[in-house]
Amino acid sequence: MATQQTRTLGKLAVSPSVFVLFMWMIVPLAMTIYFSFLRYNLLDPNPVCSLLTPGALLDAENRCLAGFTNYYYFLTDPAFFKAMGNSLKLVGWVLAISVAGGTLLALLLDQPFFGRGFVRIMMIAPFLVMPTVSALVWQNMLMDPVSGFFAFISKSIGLQPIDWFTHHPFAAVVIMVAWQWVPFATLILLTSLQSLDEEQKEAAEMDGTPPLSYFWYIVLPHLIRPMTVVVLIETIFLLNVFAEIYVTGTAGPAGNLPFLVYQYGLIANDIGGASAGGIVAVILANIVAFFLMRMIGKNLEA
Amino acid sequence: MARRETMQRKIFITALAWVVGLIVFFPILWTVLTSFKTEGDAINISGFFSTGWTTEAYSVVQSRSNYVQFAWNSVALALGSTFFALVIAIPSAWAMAFAPGKRTKDLLMWMLSTKMMPPVGALIPIYLIFRDLGLLDTRGGIITVLMLLNLPIIIWMLYTYFKEIPGEILEASRMDGASLGKELLYVLTPMAIPGIASTLLLNIILAWNEAFWTLALTTKDAAPLTQFIASYSSPEGLFWAKLSAASTMAIAPILVLGWFAQKQLVRGLTFGAVK
Repeated sequence: MATQQTRTLGKLAVSPSVFVLFMWMIVPLAMTIYFSFLRYNLLDPNPVCSLLTPGALLDAENRCLAGFTNYYYFLTDPAFFKAMGNSLKLVGWVLAISVAGGTLLALLLDQPFFGRGFVRIMMIAPFLVMPTVSALVWQNMLMDPVSGFFAFISKSIGLQPIDWFTHHPFAAVVIMVAWQWVPFATLILLTSLQSLDEEQKEAAEMDGTPPLSYFWYIVLPHLIRPMTVVVLIETIFLLNVFAEIYVTGTAGPAGNLPFLVYQYGLIANDIGGASAGGIVAVILANIVAFFLMRMIGKNLEA
Repeated sequence: MARRETMQRKIFITALAWVVGLIVFFPILWTVLTSFKTEGDAINISGFFSTGWTTEAYSVVQSRSNYVQFAWNSVALALGSTFFALVIAIPSAWAMAFAPGKRTKDLLMWMLSTKMMPPVGALIPIYLIFRDLGLLDTRGGIITVLMLLNLPIIIWMLYTYFKEIPGEILEASRMDGASLGKELLYVLTPMAIPGIASTLLLNIILAWNEAFWTLALTTKDAAPLTQFIASYSSPEGLFWAKLSAASTMAIAPILVLGWFAQKQLVRGLTFGAVK
């Protein structure tokens, strides 16, 4: 009886969050899908579409139904290939740097040394920095070719300073994004390292296992799972990088899929095209999400 | 001898770790140092430290650009979205942890899946809805978006914490004749508070740093510090000391919170997949 009462109460308690999340997920997504099939420009909300395309179908608000035209234009826009390429390149580079760097840093932080707690905080800190701050600090105070800190270092050792944002804008974006995500990988891998079985560690030490094979046969297998989690979660976030490109004005050379959708929609006012782009981004993210969800689901059962 | 070797090793690792740590931390350190320089010194590096320490940049940022309004918006958005999310999430997580049904697992996974949706998939409709309802650049509108954005993480985190509260304690109190209300108030609440506090901390960090929706949906009135800092991307004259001062003020509170929340960051951001 008590359980029956609790069950009912439980359902009541869960329903608000289910309701709001459902609205949050379904309504915008449904609208995006619908808009992606419309000829819909905010500057020209009601084009006389019977003149543009005789016999075109109209929706309830007299907007032209466009079929797959938006998808066609979006997917054949050279900017799409560029943006898609940048999205994938950004994810790939930052993942490679953060998994490799994160593993090394986590191994270092797992050793006993003086001031470990403090060093750990210093290494995690970049992850807590607001993306707009990180972008502007890197762009100006570090990477500026004339007065930036890197230029200062280059000049003092007699090298020509690198003009990052003119000659290597994409690398510059990768570096500043990686700076924020290496700490995330470090934090997760370190947490996992610290849960490594002490007995196993001691046994390996007693047997005089060389450090390299200890790492290869004991540490690495233990880290595979958290590494996968890092890769999947970072991919979800990195596919959505926006602020760094927005504030550094690197949309041309480094603009990614989210930025292209933003440009289509909020700058060019092409709602139909932007929506088609949004759906492309959703499909891309879902492919990653599928694998991530399976990992997390398995863990939930364990 | 072995002892000496380990000591040497420890000293070597200490040196290495501090050097690496300082390199990783350097951009933040440099920002803080630059914020205490004059604009002239900031752009003309002659050494690590300022020739004359000054808080001039801070007073300029305070007085010239209604910094306080942006900071206040950041606080309101972070606290507001966290508060409402907790109000909705606590009962849900409680119910799923203590009265799980057949579908609880699916429900949790579904909630998580909403977090996987890229914001650009929802940007256009949300923008249009906000425009039509007059919610663009309002605190209420952004609070709602941030609340929904982080709700899945909050529910998940609370769920993993509540799961760790032993159910036997509840049964025992029920046996002792405690009513549901009493059970909640005297037994569950004290045990749940640490988990709730951690969740609160993580969510404040996430909301404070959120820089997609806040950039796309605010311009002035409801604009938080993310937008304020972004306004420095169209520079005028010498601005590095001012940018540094503004940046330092924008990140300092979160660095402090993050220091407290290191462990919770892992749990919250991996959805309990790594503890």
